[in-house]
Amino acid sequence: MNQKMNITSAKYLKDLEDENSIVKTVIDGETLFVPLDLENRHYAEIKRQVDAGELTIEDAD
Amino acid sequence: MSKAAELAALIGSQSSLSNRNLVINGDMAVAQRGTSATSQSGTDIRLLDMWQLVEGADAVFTIAQSSTAPDGFNNSLKIDTTTADSSLSTTQFASVKTRFEGLNLQQLQFGTSSAKPLTLSFWVRSNVTGTYSVMIALSDATNIYQSHTYAISSADTWEKKTITFIGDTTTAIPDDNTSGFLLDFCLGSGTAYTSGGATGSAWSSSATSYFGGHAVNIMASTSNEFLLTGVQLEIGEVATPFEHESYADNLKKCKRYFIKYINSSGAYAVGAIEGTTTAIFSFPAPDMRAAPTAAIDDLTIGGGIGSPPDVTAISSVTNTGHSLDCTLTVASGLTATNAARIRATGSDSLLTFDAEL
Repeated sequence: MNQKMNITSAKYLKDLEDENSIVKTVIDGETLFVPLDLENRHYAEIKRQVDAGELTIEDAD
Repeated sequence: MSKAAELAALIGSQSSLSNRNLVINGDMAVAQRGTSATSQSGTDIRLLDMWQLVEGADAVFTIAQSSTAPDGFNNSLKIDTTTADSSLSTTQFASVKTRFEGLNLQQLQFGTSSAKPLTLSFWVRSNVTGTYSVMIALSDATNIYQSHTYAISSADTWEKKTITFIGDTTTAIPDDNTSGFLLDFCLGSGTAYTSGGATGSAWSSSATSYFGGHAVNIMASTSNEFLLTGVQLEIGEVATPFEHESYADNLKKCKRYFIKYINSSGAYAVGAIEGTTTAIFSFPAPDMRAAPTAAIDDLTIGGGIGSPPDVTAISSVTNTGHSLDCTLTVASGLTATNAARIRATGSDSLLTFDAEL
């Protein structure tokens, strides 16, 4: 019964191999750099909100 | 309890003589993020290591590591209501949680006929007397939990509580680094989670029993506070004395889940520059639970002379098991193949890695 995190932005960042590796996001007003790992609670919530159509992750520059 | 009785209880507790307490930072001694945070609301409030405050209502809290503590303890987790919510909707609630990795719970033998009972003991204090709820929820199952009530009888007085949970013979806890179960202390809840009453010594999937029987609301007034410490969860049906451990041992356990590199006059780490905007650093770290979320503030990369550029992003984090290998980004100004160091630039500088459950 956890309520969802308040995610106000999300954008991919690429690593040195030019692959998406991080989501730069703002959660509850704090800027965070979240690895693409479902065992990470922030990424799990990002993925849940994306799958639910509640959040879109911007492409990397 | 006499020393002889304590020893007898320990021997008969079905638990080991050390490492009995499944709770990490149960004495609230480790506070890497800081010792106080004001104006806290939302679903993922973190201050003391391993503890999460969930505010799922319209209240606002100050959360702190308090020096108000019962004999034998130096700290407690203190939650003060600073903006009240005296009329909770049916699904609003607030609670204090800690979670446990599945790989640390296999000795419980849940999911087998040999499932072990657990005994929770803790010290609690509040100005609000009445009936409270505490529960365990199996995180990997679908809404399987066991809730119990306890009473705070005297206002503003430390009281020690002991509650035994039966083992779950039907639901196994996965042997992995995800949350096996959580321990959840209710601060206030709408009737959607209380009206079914406590499950008592039974496992349930009925949402109305999640905080079953909880009857007070810490959020009802800005005069209200809730303090908690000495939390121990151990195998068996007997509560043994709290297992104190050294601060160093406690901190080491916490750093599997959260690491904060604090401001210092020296370098956080030394690394190598890959291009005009990127550098790689290997931060010494224990094996974190999972790839961690990073946060940065007021950091620069350079050789220690001139005007080093500010760090603007972390574009990769790899948990190697003995270090955190990161790619850091600046706007411009780096020279490839040079060595560099990452430094703090102000009193607010920070670098954190968060793999909490």
